[in-house]
Amino acid sequence: MTVLAPVQPAATGGGRTVLLGTVSSDAHTWNLVYLQLLLEEAGHRVINLGACVPEELFAAECRRSNPDLVVVSSVNGHGCTDGKRLAAVLRADPALADVPIVIGGKLGVDGSLTGAQVAELFAAGYTAVFDDGADRDRFLEYLGRLELVAADRSA
Amino acid sequence: MTERSAAGVPRGPFAAAVAAARARGELVVQPRMGFGDPAAMRAGLDAVARARAATAATVTLDSYTRVGDHAAARRALADGSPLNGYPIVDHPPEVTRWVLAAAHRHDVPVQVRHGSARPEQIFAALLRTGVDATEGGPVSYCLPYSRVPLRDAVDSWARCCAGYTRLRDLGVEPHLESFGGCLLGQLCPPSLLLAVAVLEGMFFRQHGLRSVSLSYAQQTSPKQDEEALAALRRLIDELLPDLDSHVVLYTYMGVYPRTTEGALRLLGTAARLAVRGGAARLIVKTPAEAHRIPTVEENVAALEHAARAAAAEQPAPAEVPDTGIYAEARTLIEAVLELSEDVGIALRRAFARGYLDIPYCLHPDNAGQARGYITDRGRLAWSRAGRMPVTVDRSAAGRPVEMTSDGLLAALSYVANRHDSVPPPVVGPGPTTALPATEFNRQRAQKPAVP
Repeated sequence: MTVLAPVQPAATGGGRTVLLGTVSSDAHTWNLVYLQLLLEEAGHRVINLGACVPEELFAAECRRSNPDLVVVSSVNGHGCTDGKRLAAVLRADPALADVPIVIGGKLGVDGSLTGAQVAELFAAGYTAVFDDGADRDRFLEYLGRLELVAADRSA
Repeated sequence: MTERSAAGVPRGPFAAAVAAARARGELVVQPRMGFGDPAAMRAGLDAVARARAATAATVTLDSYTRVGDHAAARRALADGSPLNGYPIVDHPPEVTRWVLAAAHRHDVPVQVRHGSARPEQIFAALLRTGVDATEGGPVSYCLPYSRVPLRDAVDSWARCCAGYTRLRDLGVEPHLESFGGCLLGQLCPPSLLLAVAVLEGMFFRQHGLRSVSLSYAQQTSPKQDEEALAALRRLIDELLPDLDSHVVLYTYMGVYPRTTEGALRLLGTAARLAVRGGAARLIVKTPAEAHRIPTVEENVAALEHAARAAAAEQPAPAEVPDTGIYAEARTLIEAVLELSEDVGIALRRAFARGYLDIPYCLHPDNAGQARGYITDRGRLAWSRAGRMPVTVDRSAAGRPVEMTSDGLLAALSYVANRHDSVPPPVVGPGPTTALPATEFNRQRAQKPAVP
């Protein structure tokens, strides 16, 4: 597990609905528990789908909850392969064409992803990719920027 | 031919081997190990059987077999893709018997480990190949690691237990271990681990099993773990006296130390805990654990290391300090059993009502209201009880401790950090034996001499 620097999440912002889950083959959940706490501490509402989420269920939950952000976290090494399939299913639904979808964790079997693999994830429809080694601060910074975009949109 | 326990209950080869080792005062040590290739699996069993320790061998199944995706398992076998375990359903029975013979010819028993919430096909394969020991349970293989509805897992495990008793037609008594003492591996106070293990043992008994083992996973505090093991043995004596049974301890299941010294120290602590707490069997971990799947050689080294540590320890005195683990586990068990005469129905109702609630478990059938944490004395305690009849530990400020994201990371890494932060040992002959006989130095002294 990556040890993260003791930085307090931004107290401002928040208030968004985040749909959180993992890929269909991944039974790990401590990463999902951690991200839920982190997102809630940043003031967001989190719907946590838990372990081994089938693509169809993920899409149905997206349509039902209309989230401001979708977070996919995987640590079993199949995140890149299974994650591309998941993004294809989500983006195939016109209603989910614009929602930001991000993926992170230990996404490959052999350590960090190659540049080509990261490009494939973007091509599959991800808005941001946080590969092994990306820390909490980068994720929180991304969330902050998402807030700004959302604020601009509503202004 | 069938060996019997003192209570007159028959034992199969696995249970008999564990009982014989216990009678000799030896701890049975067992790895986790699985290979897709039969020759590699056979070589692994042979190496475990030849280790300088009282061993039980393991055949861990692959994750396709675990989730019932046999098309994927067969595809992998056909095109030579690596599998992360042995696909027992898709190898012919005669191949599996050839594999198992590597252990059996040394009189070493074999347990099949799988992790499946719906294991019908796996149990059918066990019957075809005469495997007399496996593990899991309707709760412990459903809620922590799957999305299978608890109702389906309970029904499936009931059928599998009943089917497994047909091994008696071959003159072999089947043995089933409950994985209930592990759950998510971390941050679950011991009373709930004990309650789920005992309740799964009662479920096994209701569905015809007569020979069982109940698990407990090493947690954050050796003293608390010792009390938990004593409580588990007492609960077995009170609630499952008619069965052949033993206790199996799991070396720490959470984030593992990254240093070799830290990892071996944690394994040594587990081995001594097993002896002090009256466990008959120990599932080991290797120093490779934090980094990758261990090799056969690393597993054998871990088995021998654990056996040496266990041989130097004595069972604890009969009285261990009681902080209430037994009473809390017993209260949980009784609250569940009041819900139905049928243990499976009682378990389902208990989770639906939140009388059982696994901390941090995200399964839709888990209430998800309970939280555990590590106290400043290093023990596991409840910070939120949900609707469970357990006692919430309050901080000095009088409020339960709320888990934060930082706190969760610290708690998950607590054991690994404590074991990794030990100062490096003195290298070279002489000085180590002159140091006080702390836990750490005892462990060093038992390592093979390095020239």
